[in-house]
Amino acid sequence: MPRIRVEVDGATYEDDVEPRLLLVHYLRERLGKVGTPVGCDTTNCGACTVLLDGLSVKSCSVLAVQADGRDVTTIEGLGAGGPHPLQRAFHEEHGLQCGYCTPGMIIAALDLLRENPDPSDAEIREGLEGNLCRCTGYQNIVRSVRRAAGDMRRPAQEQEAAS
Amino acid sequence: MTATEIGSARRRSEDARLVTGRTRWTDNIAPAGTLHVAFLRSPHAHARIERVDTSGARGRPNVVAVFSGADLADEQGSLPCAWVVTDDMKHPEHPPMAVREVRYVGEPVACVVARDRTAAVDALEEIDVDYAPLPAVVDMDAAVADGADLVHGDLGTNESYTWVFENGDLDAAMRDAPVVLERRYVQQRLIPTAMEPRSVVCVPEGDEFTLYSATQIPHILRLMLATVTGVPEHRLRVVAPDVGGGFGSKLQVYGEEVLALLLARRLGRPVKWTESRSEGNMTVHHGRDQIQRLTLAAEADGRIRGLKVDLLADMGAYLMLVTPGIPLLGAFMFNGIYKMDAYSFTCTGVFTTKTPTDAYRGAGRPEATYAIERLMDELAAELGLDPIEVRRRNWIRHEEFPYDTIAGLTYDSGNYEAATEQALRLLEYDKLRAEQADRRDRRDPVQLGIGVSTFTEMCGLAPSRVLGSLSYGAGGWEHASVRMLPSGKVEVVTGSSAHGQGHETAWAQIAADRLGVPFDDVKVLHGDTAVSPKGMDTYGSRSLAVGGVALYSACDKVVEKAKKVAAHLLEASEDDIEFTGGRFGVRGVPDSGTTIQEVATAAFAAHDLPDGVEPSLDSDATFDPDNFSFPHGTHLCAAEVDTETGMVKIRKYVAVDDVGKVVNPLIVEGQVHGGLAQGIAQALFEEAVYDADGNLTTTTMADYLIPSAADLPEFVTDRTETPATSNPLGVKGVGEAGTIASTPAVVNAIVDALRPFGVSDVPMPCTPERVWRALRGESARDTAEPGAGGGLGSIGGAR
Ligand code: FES
Ligand code: FES
Repeated sequence: MPRIRVEVDGATYEDDVEPRLLLVHYLRERLGKVGTPVGCDTTNCGACTVLLDGLSVKSCSVLAVQADGRDVTTIEGLGAGGPHPLQRAFHEEHGLQCGYCTPGMIIAALDLLRENPDPSDAEIREGLEGNLCRCTGYQNIVRSVRRAAGDMRRPAQEQEAAS
Repeated sequence: MTATEIGSARRRSEDARLVTGRTRWTDNIAPAGTLHVAFLRSPHAHARIERVDTSGARGRPNVVAVFSGADLADEQGSLPCAWVVTDDMKHPEHPPMAVREVRYVGEPVACVVARDRTAAVDALEEIDVDYAPLPAVVDMDAAVADGADLVHGDLGTNESYTWVFENGDLDAAMRDAPVVLERRYVQQRLIPTAMEPRSVVCVPEGDEFTLYSATQIPHILRLMLATVTGVPEHRLRVVAPDVGGGFGSKLQVYGEEVLALLLARRLGRPVKWTESRSEGNMTVHHGRDQIQRLTLAAEADGRIRGLKVDLLADMGAYLMLVTPGIPLLGAFMFNGIYKMDAYSFTCTGVFTTKTPTDAYRGAGRPEATYAIERLMDELAAELGLDPIEVRRRNWIRHEEFPYDTIAGLTYDSGNYEAATEQALRLLEYDKLRAEQADRRDRRDPVQLGIGVSTFTEMCGLAPSRVLGSLSYGAGGWEHASVRMLPSGKVEVVTGSSAHGQGHETAWAQIAADRLGVPFDDVKVLHGDTAVSPKGMDTYGSRSLAVGGVALYSACDKVVEKAKKVAAHLLEASEDDIEFTGGRFGVRGVPDSGTTIQEVATAAFAAHDLPDGVEPSLDSDATFDPDNFSFPHGTHLCAAEVDTETGMVKIRKYVAVDDVGKVVNPLIVEGQVHGGLAQGIAQALFEEAVYDADGNLTTTTMADYLIPSAADLPEFVTDRTETPATSNPLGVKGVGEAGTIASTPAVVNAIVDALRPFGVSDVPMPCTPERVWRALRGESARDTAEPGAGGGLGSIGGAR
């Protein structure tokens, strides 16, 4: 069995894993990182989205061995130092109901805002196309991301203004 | 701060754990030594099981045990159906694992128990089953025709029951009616698709068991599991931890739950099963699936004389918990908000070799609302009237409430005029009608249509005596307890637990308001039969309208008791005690008083209580409503339809809902959004498709297309507030309204756009291909391929 060394939410793990083991199952079953749920088996729902070296991936479409030597951030790592602006915004804008899609939505939105810090509503909708939610009708998710985008841009603008 | 909790848009307390991944989904629960189950499922729609050889699987690494249905035949029992709608209803045996015959693709035939899930799944391949295929029964019309192949050979028929309701003289209403419309509508089969797959973990401890399940109904599940397995109810604890959506699909007693308990009992070890999405699509109960034949008779001025409804309702292969009753919930709703002289409803429940159906968001009422709201538009078109006008001529007017409907209900309150006026204003109805006329004149290839749905639903299920009269197996009350702890903090226990509806927040708001304590001092407990011993669970938009009201009364009882104690402590007569903002004061003595928290402490210490008052400050209440509640509203949809490609784009969607008194407007709005998404999805996107051999071809999320953010528009939502008079809180329920109202609004919009082309119907889901065919006068081919017509991506939804 191949041995992998992965950094997950700031801690380093070394494990022997079966080559076919998916990253999501490695996270959930081996590391107990159950904050990332599974919603499908065809890579359609996005519930399992995590950051791999800072880019969002559906962790059900990545093998654990592919994460060797890389850095993974899950929803549990995201809020480690107090709630992230996206976590706050989803709460403020009622961007979740059952919450099953939420970790994946937040991580996908994080990647979206990294690429496009000031997206239009249409760009948010398109950017989240790979993440399905059955509860919210998406409207408040779009609002949440828009709000977080504003909150996340603000410090930068304030810095600019100060310099 | 207190006293204004009810009505405030408080952010939800449950979010803290949900946005940080500190959630307790059933699949997160894995006690040490847990064994994992995987099921071998039938690849045939219908076949006799000749032989099951499990020996190959037994020898596989990490496999602990393997069972076929026959191995468990003596103890697995039959899954329950609690709604026997007629005395002669055909009610076949329904073993959790098939023993002699399989009747739908996905029905379990054997299972492997192994030390890990992968080993269990791998070993399934080593099980050999010989099947002798039997004819599939897929089409409902064919299933009830003479000489049809039978789903259950021993029943001699595919008809489970026929249920009839009649009121008024329908023959007279139809005779010489100036307008008679006959229509046939199909409610396609839907897959509820909660994002959290089903999961169950059963932990044995001697002869006692704790069963965790992603269920909406921990209480009913416990009772039913006890009945099916013989494990006594008091030795069984059922826990619904965080549940990731249900929409009716987790209102069920599933075979996998029964088997998890049986296997845990046999093996003495914790046993766990979590479904994959593709097995879920085959085995979670499906929704809708009706063929509706309708006849509406009206006067020349548009006033309705009578309505005749003939339904075929697909039960699938077996009757699940409430399968037969679902279409009957529509029996009371086909008349909508309209007055008429005569009404007749006949429903035949039909067996087919498909996944069983049961409740899906709205359950029976969306189907009914679709029919009447489509018919109202047809009537308007027939008479050349505006669709709003034809509704105005027929609906119950505000001053006529309470109103006894032709379908036998009493609508307690409503104001259809107000909701409609508001919706028309928000849509800018006249302006859009003008644009529509202009586009028609210009022969614009993109036509505009406006769809109307003025609807009501019955929810707050349900008065127990009504359920009794409909032969449902249980009552419809709900229970709550309120405990003031010695420190003055509050624990609220509710029998109705949430799967996304925000009970922890709304219930705390009610308690904070009624008890005059800070919101943060209230903790809401639910979803565990050991913690919340009594309850009727969560479905049918009943939580607030029944469970919330139970809490309301429990709070009042606590205050009543506290008042006695306060009077005693303050050495005043109870009649002189006033309670405001959490404080008991003596009338006319401004500086006197004590807080409810101080009373709780005193009641706990019990050193000096008035005679006859028991220590501690707590109370229970059970509420059994004496009527349903009737949310209503007006939804308007403006849709652009491209006549060259068949593409539909929702340009504007307006929903004005009246859900009575609102406890938390934020949650209400969220529920409406979610409901709209699901109702619009039925109109445009979703369909469970079976081929002629009974294979489900939409087994994955790649084939069964639930909309993404890019496929849905912004919604304009607003509300009117006509309090329900059937409960002291004035609340009605909101979970299903959006779904019920939106499907006909969208289809009406599409048909409205296409009327100049002679189109009077487009079957659901209105994919581009179906719209395109309807425009060419072709009746839509019943597509056997999933997503035929392009699928979501190419529909482009409402971008
Ligand atoms: S679980 Fe990974 S995309 Fe659905
Ligand atoms: S909040 Fe339930 S799936 Fe998104």
